[in-house]
Amino acid sequence: MTWDRVADVAAAVCLLGGAFLAFAAGVGALRFPDLLARMHAATKPQVLGLVLVLVGLALRLRDRGPVWALVLVALFQMLTAPVAAHLVGRAGYRTGKVRADLLVTDELTRDLERAQAKDGSED
Amino acid sequence: MIVVVLVCVVLLAVGAVCALVRAEKGPSVLDRTVALDVLVATMIAGLGVYAAWHRRVDVVPVLVVLSLVGFVGSVAIARFAAVEPEGEGRVRSRDEIAADAAAALGAASAWDDDSGDADEDDRPDTEHFGGGAEGEVR
Repeated sequence: MTWDRVADVAAAVCLLGGAFLAFAAGVGALRFPDLLARMHAATKPQVLGLVLVLVGLALRLRDRGPVWALVLVALFQMLTAPVAAHLVGRAGYRTGKVRADLLVTDELTRDLERAQAKDGSED
Repeated sequence: MIVVVLVCVVLLAVGAVCALVRAEKGPSVLDRTVALDVLVATMIAGLGVYAAWHRRVDVVPVLVVLSLVGFVGSVAIARFAAVEPEGEGRVRSRDEIAADAAAALGAASAWDDDSGDADEDDRPDTEHFGGGAEGEVR
C-alpha cells in the first residue's frame, strides 16, 4: 500500500461524495415543493459538492499541475453562489413565490408588517 | 478507478436530468433559474471527474471560468423577475400569439391616428410594446 494508492482511494471517495451531492441536488430540485426548498437543495453541490470534487481532483493531479488554481475555483464559487442565491431569494419573495404555509417562521414578513404599522401610526 | 468514474457519471447524469426536468416544468422563471444553477454545478463536477480520471491539467482553467461566470445568468434573470399573470407559465398556441400581436399593433396604431390633440408623453412606446413589466421587481 503505497502513498499513491492511498491518495487515489481518498480521491475516489471525495469524487463519489461530490457526485452524490450533485445527484441529491437534482432530485431535490425536482421533488421539493417550493422555490426556497429547491434553492436549499441546489446549494449542496454548489459549495460542499464542488469542494469535494476539487479535493478529489487535487489528490489525483498531485504535483502534476496547477493545484493552486483549484483553490481559486472554490474561492470564486463561494464568492458568487451567495450573490445569486440572495438575488433569487429576494426576487422570489417579492413576486410571491414563497409559500407561507411551508415556513416554520417568517421573520421578514413579520418585520415588514411591523414597520408598516409603525409608519401608519406616525402619519 | 474506472468503477468509481462510472458510478460518478451515472450519479451526475441522473442529477442533471432531474434538474433539466425541473427547468422544463417551471412553474416560475426563478425555479428554472435554480434548476439551471444545479445544472452548472453538475457540469463543474463532471469536468472535475473527467480531469481526475485522465489526470488532465488543461481542464482546470475551464473550471475557473465556469465558477466565475456561472452566477451571471441567475443574477440577470432574478433582476428582471416579475409577478407572472395566471397561465403565464404555459406555452401559448400560434393563434393566441397572433391575436396578442394584432391587439398590440392595433393599440399602437390607434394612438397614431388621433395624435392631433394627444399629449406626446401619453403615447405608448411603439418600439417596446407594453414598456416595463407590470409588477417588476425593482
